[in-house]
Amino acid sequence: MKKFNYVITDEIGLHARPAGALAKEAAKFSSQIRIACRDKEADAKRLIAMMGLGIKKDDEVTVSAAGADEETACEAMMDFFTANL
Amino acid sequence: MIKLKGKSVYKDICIGEIFVYKKELRIIKRQKTENVDDEITRYKTAVEKAKKELAVLYDKAVKDVGEVNAAIFEVHQMLLDDLDYQESVANIITAGEVNAEYAVATTADNFFAMFSSMEDEYMKARAADIKDISERLINILTAHESAAMRIEKPSILLADDLAPSETIQLDKSQIIGFVMRNGSTNSHTAILAKSMGVPALMCVGDRASDELNGKPAILDGDEGVLYIEPDEAARQQLEAQKAEIIKRKERLRELKGKEDKTRSGQEMKVFANIGNLADLGSAMTNDASGIGLFRSEFLYLESNGYPTEEEQFRVYKQAAESMAGKKVVIRTLDIGADKQVDYFRLAKEENPALGLRAIRICLTDPPVFKTQLRALYRAALFGKLAVMYPMITSMEEVEDIKAIEDETRKELREQGIPFKEDIETGIMIETPAAALISGDLAKAVDFFSVGTNDLTQYTLALDRQNQKLERFYQPHHKAVLELIRMSADNIHKEGKWIGICGELGADTSLTETFLEMGIDEVSVSPAMVLEVREKIRETG
Repeated sequence: MKKFNYVITDEIGLHARPAGALAKEAAKFSSQIRIACRDKEADAKRLIAMMGLGIKKDDEVTVSAAGADEETACEAMMDFFTANL
Repeated sequence: MIKLKGKSVYKDICIGEIFVYKKELRIIKRQKTENVDDEITRYKTAVEKAKKELAVLYDKAVKDVGEVNAAIFEVHQMLLDDLDYQESVANIITAGEVNAEYAVATTADNFFAMFSSMEDEYMKARAADIKDISERLINILTAHESAAMRIEKPSILLADDLAPSETIQLDKSQIIGFVMRNGSTNSHTAILAKSMGVPALMCVGDRASDELNGKPAILDGDEGVLYIEPDEAARQQLEAQKAEIIKRKERLRELKGKEDKTRSGQEMKVFANIGNLADLGSAMTNDASGIGLFRSEFLYLESNGYPTEEEQFRVYKQAAESMAGKKVVIRTLDIGADKQVDYFRLAKEENPALGLRAIRICLTDPPVFKTQLRALYRAALFGKLAVMYPMITSMEEVEDIKAIEDETRKELREQGIPFKEDIETGIMIETPAAALISGDLAKAVDFFSVGTNDLTQYTLALDRQNQKLERFYQPHHKAVLELIRMSADNIHKEGKWIGICGELGADTSLTETFLEMGIDEVSVSPAMVLEVREKIRETG
């Protein structure tokens, strides 16, 4: 399993539009990709579940990928977070 | 006359009739089905159709209200793709052997409840999106045509709250105001009202009943009050206020192209503060006489790594060219404290406001600083650029900066890259230290600009973000004004100029004080330029 931590800088947090784009990005990989924040966790391929985490600015999230393409998935996630969130 | 209170999101007044927007209530029947697979196929077909409808709405919205406000329809398409939503519908159909409409309605209720119970106001408002996409699906499944309601004359629209797909179908040329029984100040209706520039009241409550349809009303966005069947006195007063607002807007428009001079001929130029190239447009439409503070941070904040010299050069060049010969003061990198950038890898500090920030970062990491200076010197060939350094506290810092400036110029010369040799340079007065030694500093640079937000915070030892300190916060504290006066005197003695670019610059109750101190320029948010110009021109 590959993972990294990231602190959200977007003013509104993980809001609908980037969460939707994130779900699309995550769906490109066969690995299981999960996002954890505080004591909750969600599947990065599921938009509503991710929005349900209520991730705000300055929250630290842990993104993990597990599966055949975990390496590239993790890199893609890292790129996505730094570029959009 | 009835008076109803609500939360106002746009300060203006409108006078007209109430138009009640009614949603049609439909009861979704639970029906047993033998053929579960058929229901799932019906659901999937409906999802595809809904996505197509949303794509059409998105295109229409981009034209009507711009891409930012249209984004919601993109989000709706994504929500329709959500796996949890899809699985929930499919599970309900299969487990209960029920019709697709019923499964969608039940799923909608569950997710609606989930979002409504969230703490975050933004997320709470997303419950409306779930409802909206679900209603769309149900309409398709029941082959129900939702006809947009026709509004015959300019009206104040009254509704519970409007879903984005409803707001987009309304004839906006006929809407002069919005009154929502529910709906937060973060809702789509609120955002739409602001972008249309019409008054809107949210959370007015159920007293604003359907029976008000057609009744004359006045919506006062200043006070957050809706007057139904206003009496003659209220009507006269509000009509007068409305006329005042219209006159005021016209009067300000007429100030475009006028000089920033008092009646006796003293000049205090009104510049604009901008945070990126997009703001440049609004600085120009509001006829700013120059840019007094171009915060270069956005280049660093919006990027994943250090912005290159070329990237920076293009931005500075565009700013210089767009302002066509008017002065553009670019402040070098001011990060640290409340503005953090990951790739700078700054350690967490006990006391960031007093920590490694702004010019201190530049002097600690000269290559980063030099890249910015090179871009600025090169871009200065295309217009009237000036460079300004933030958070200066000592002469030694200025000397260190000068050494780096010289090295940068030498390198450019050696590489044969064209650049402007004699660019105007200035210093921000944000600390009491800079104000106290302003006489010395003035011998070393061409101009100054007072950052009143930081100067106030450092002078009064008071964090403005801390709400508990509100009662101690005095924006016009004598100590701050004295520091500004003292700096102005010292700087003028050396024949240099001084501006003000913090929030106090836009405070028209201080305009006369600043004129009296001999301040040469104030730089304010683009929307405030004409108001400050008016104040200057009214002064004797």
